[in-house]
Amino acid sequence: MGASTPGHPGARGEKDDVMTTTPPVQDWASDFDVLDPDYVADPFPIWDELRPRCPIPHTNRRVSSWLPLRYEDVTAIAHDIEHFSSRKIAVIPITGEEGVEPDPVLPYGLPPISSDPPLHTWTRRLLLPWFSHRRVESYEQMTRDLCNRLLDGFLAEGRADAAADYAQQIPVRVIAHILGVPPELSDTFTGWVRDVLEFADDPVRREEGSTGLINFFVAEVGRRKDEPGHDLLSELLHTEMDGELIDPAVVLGIASLVLIAGVDTTWSAIGSSLWHLATHDEDRKRMVSDPAVWPLAIEELLRAYSPVTMAREVTEDVVYAGCPMAAGDKVLMNFPAANRDPEIFEDADTVVLDRALNRHVAFGSGIHRCAGSNLARMELRVALEEWLRRVPEFHVAEGATVTWAGGQVRGPRSVPVVFR
Amino acid sequence: MRIRVDEEKCQGHARCYGFAPTLFDIDDFGLSRVVGDGTVPTELEGAARLAIANCPEFAIEELSD
Repeated sequence: MGASTPGHPGARGEKDDVMTTTPPVQDWASDFDVLDPDYVADPFPIWDELRPRCPIPHTNRRVSSWLPLRYEDVTAIAHDIEHFSSRKIAVIPITGEEGVEPDPVLPYGLPPISSDPPLHTWTRRLLLPWFSHRRVESYEQMTRDLCNRLLDGFLAEGRADAAADYAQQIPVRVIAHILGVPPELSDTFTGWVRDVLEFADDPVRREEGSTGLINFFVAEVGRRKDEPGHDLLSELLHTEMDGELIDPAVVLGIASLVLIAGVDTTWSAIGSSLWHLATHDEDRKRMVSDPAVWPLAIEELLRAYSPVTMAREVTEDVVYAGCPMAAGDKVLMNFPAANRDPEIFEDADTVVLDRALNRHVAFGSGIHRCAGSNLARMELRVALEEWLRRVPEFHVAEGATVTWAGGQVRGPRSVPVVFR
Repeated sequence: MRIRVDEEKCQGHARCYGFAPTLFDIDDFGLSRVVGDGTVPTELEGAARLAIANCPEFAIEELSD
């Protein structure tokens, strides 16, 4: 989901990145920077320090933006769709997003995520059945097989990059399956998506990836109008609304959303969880030995390492909790910080695998609740089950550097581990 | 114990189903409703309370008969 911010080298979370150009943050309450390398690597102490003295920091970097940190504020704003629109959801403004000309390829944006009712309502209804828990069950075996093929590839070496070699390989292939990408194209497709999401700060790779994807989708939309398969793209193209076929541009928007919303989000959750288990022996051992803890543990990992922040746009001047929000300002819906709010979660900064009271909002809150949450949960569970079944003991390789990407989606970019 | 799901509040997080799949039915659009009249068998009261306490939309409530 546009994770690491095109053109912003500071997104890598490497302190010594020579290309970092933004000035350092002096005051997090009035000048925060979600791409600050220290913040990307470890935002939790910054949130904890701010919450009591300034629960909704502001910045004028890039565009005037607010960053609610408390659970109560994040969920209240998520439910107030009248004042906080989803028409601009990028945490870091995308070039051209503020322009008046609609995108020629995606004139409707990425519905339903980037839309308000009424477009939101009917496109979401089209999408949800593809991610119902019954449908998601039918994707589980292919996900499990995929995880095992990846593990087969590096098990004998006794080491791997848990993020790049494993987590980042899983969701894109599951989504490709749902979209009906032919298996022989899966590697090419995965390459394009990683070019766009993971190598966004390399303009050549980013351009190659996005051109590849757009050309592919446009061609597939043309082909499947005449030769439909049993995939999401084909079925949407042949669905009627009010007696007419859905505009292919809307279908293209929905398909693009499925792709970019379902990839680095989920790989970040898988990667963060593996990083946690690589650095917390007791938790790793418990997950290996205690199957009963899994349902709660999956939710706890989602809470503690929620990857996704979505933006809203203020529709008219409004004072919220004393903050003068102006029309056009962004509000960065900090679901990850809400999930670390000590007012709501006891011992909020500690992973408690069997946490029983866990009303987390990792998948958002209100009408934009992540449409793919059932799929993401299944992928996270299966990815951890298969990894821990075959690699029950592992830790971060000595001397290795763990790096993080941040912005819209926070997760590890590289987690070199050795097995024992 | 009897429970109900407020359809106006439910957004389809499916946390309730995770705790007590026999108490809740979820449709293709993710929306949850109680099975039958929402009566909770004694052995599932703990699961039902977890469902209530974990719903991110505060959509599940215990009915006082």
